Amino acid sequence: MKILKNIALSDTGFVFNPSTGDSFSVNPIGLSILKDFKDGKSEADIKKRLLSEYQTDRETIEKDLYDFMKMIEQLHLTEYHEQA
Amino acid sequence: MKKQLYERPLIQRINTGLMNKFGTKTEYAPTSHIDGFAVKDLIKEFGSPVFVLSEQTIRNTYREAVRAFKTRYPRVQFAWSYKTNYINAVCNIFHQEGSWAEVVSGFEYQKAINNGVPGHNIIFNGPDKTDEDLRAAITNNSPIHIDHLDELYRLTELAEEMNKRPNVAIRVNMDTGIYPMWDRFGFNYENGQAWDAINKIMLGERLELIGVHCHIGTFMLSPQAYATAAFKLSDLALGIKKKYNKTLQYIDMGGGFASKNTLKGSYLPGTDTVPTIDQFAEAITTAILNAGFIEKDLPLLILETGRALIDEAGYLLGSVIANKRLSDGRRASIMDFGVNILFTAFWYDHKISPAQEFSSYTEDTVMYGPLCMNIDVVRSNVTLPPLKKDDHVVVHTVGAYNMTQWMQFIAMRPSVVLLGIDGKAHLIRSKEGLENIEMNEVMPEFLKNHQLSVANAK
Ligand SMILES: Cc1ncc(COP(=O)(O)O)c(C=O)c1O
Repeated sequence: MKILKNIALSDTGFVFNPSTGDSFSVNPIGLSILKDFKDGKSEADIKKRLLSEYQTDRETIEKDLYDFMKMIEQLHLTEYHEQA
Repeated sequence: MKKQLYERPLIQRINTGLMNKFGTKTEYAPTSHIDGFAVKDLIKEFGSPVFVLSEQTIRNTYREAVRAFKTRYPRVQFAWSYKTNYINAVCNIFHQEGSWAEVVSGFEYQKAINNGVPGHNIIFNGPDKTDEDLRAAITNNSPIHIDHLDELYRLTELAEEMNKRPNVAIRVNMDTGIYPMWDRFGFNYENGQAWDAINKIMLGERLELIGVHCHIGTFMLSPQAYATAAFKLSDLALGIKKKYNKTLQYIDMGGGFASKNTLKGSYLPGTDTVPTIDQFAEAITTAILNAGFIEKDLPLLILETGRALIDEAGYLLGSVIANKRLSDGRRASIMDFGVNILFTAFWYDHKISPAQEFSSYTEDTVMYGPLCMNIDVVRSNVTLPPLKKDDHVVVHTVGAYNMTQWMQFIAMRPSVVLLGIDGKAHLIRSKEGLENIEMNEVMPEFLKNHQLSVANAK
């Protein structure tokens, strides 16, 4: 999944889309995922990282990451061609 | 390295400059304990969902209301409005505190009798009293509040037949400046109906007129409306004294004080907008004290307060069944309790808090019940931390009307637990099962058997 290049991520969880003026707040785990996507990491990489860092199971991560990615799409933070 | 606590990733648009219509910060502060009892232990012991009532809160709220009135007026009597919550243990807390009973049907009347309330301390209201109900009330000297002329005539006949003199009051409706005006109950003050009824009672000489009664509405937010009502009832009482030289025993102001709930559609939470019991007490007592009674004729002031005395003592504990994302992107949680047991979800945006600690990140969520019905919405918008399946929540301020208006529809009625001041959790009504649903069913002989499996066999 490709996040828009010009999206600004702050360490406090503030997300700004300069092309629309929209701002968003994310929680720390959400921020780490957005950063990973920006750095070009794959979905599989991210899942692996989360599983090693957090007290949870694969199924929960699958479910929640899927939901989070849908939200990012819906909020128009992804590259246009991915939204089709 | 120790792994971090997991929380679902969340992202939410920030709407700067817009009024937050989703709730307030205090809402999602967790409620992990109620009166020292852990929510998760209560659910473990009594199941989920479960209604919980705090004995301490009931008694404190009651004493606070009594204090508000008794410090302003010499003679005050509360009568517990059974329909608000008639679980016997609840009624008996109020009776222990000194409250009479106010009932609106034959079975409620019988409940009060069975709870040991003396007949003359049971106020019988309502438009639907059967002959049997009226006979019982006459025999027990209960104050009967007459709702309409048909009842007045019937009561007169029964009084003759039984050779008794029933104690009666009339229910009066009136314009108190609030809308809608409840004019379907009782006799109207402004158009003279109330005086017609009074004259019929006084001249008929078969009924003993002991009081006047009103109940101007429910979840009332205006103390001024009560001042108007108290003034108008006082005016009737003084008029009766003047015309018939008859001193009434009481003025009954009914119920209707708002509880600290938030009505749907209001911007500010009920805790910020609802008048205090002191404001209602001030309005009512000032109006009566200034109406012109001589001191020895000051009537007993009766209050049939319901929701304001019990709502805050009640909690509904429940659990998340599942989470989903709706087509428009909103988050939805499906809970194990729905509008069949939380009827008041139709009127209020109930405060709902998680029962466990979370970080401060939240998400706007639609909260659904488990029923297969589109109307089963517990909160159409609530700001909550990311709840997962099996997490617990606490719904606040649910003590009034839910435990009487609930129904078995798709899901059954859960247990009710009283958190006692003795430090114990007492089961006061057990959850229902199939046997409760089928208890009154009768199967006709010809429907007892069928051969579905044979008919379908190939
Ligand atoms: C006659 C009468 N008295 C008292 C009450 C209790 O009202 P509330 O719960 O609003 O105080 C009601 C409720 O409808 C009522 O009809």
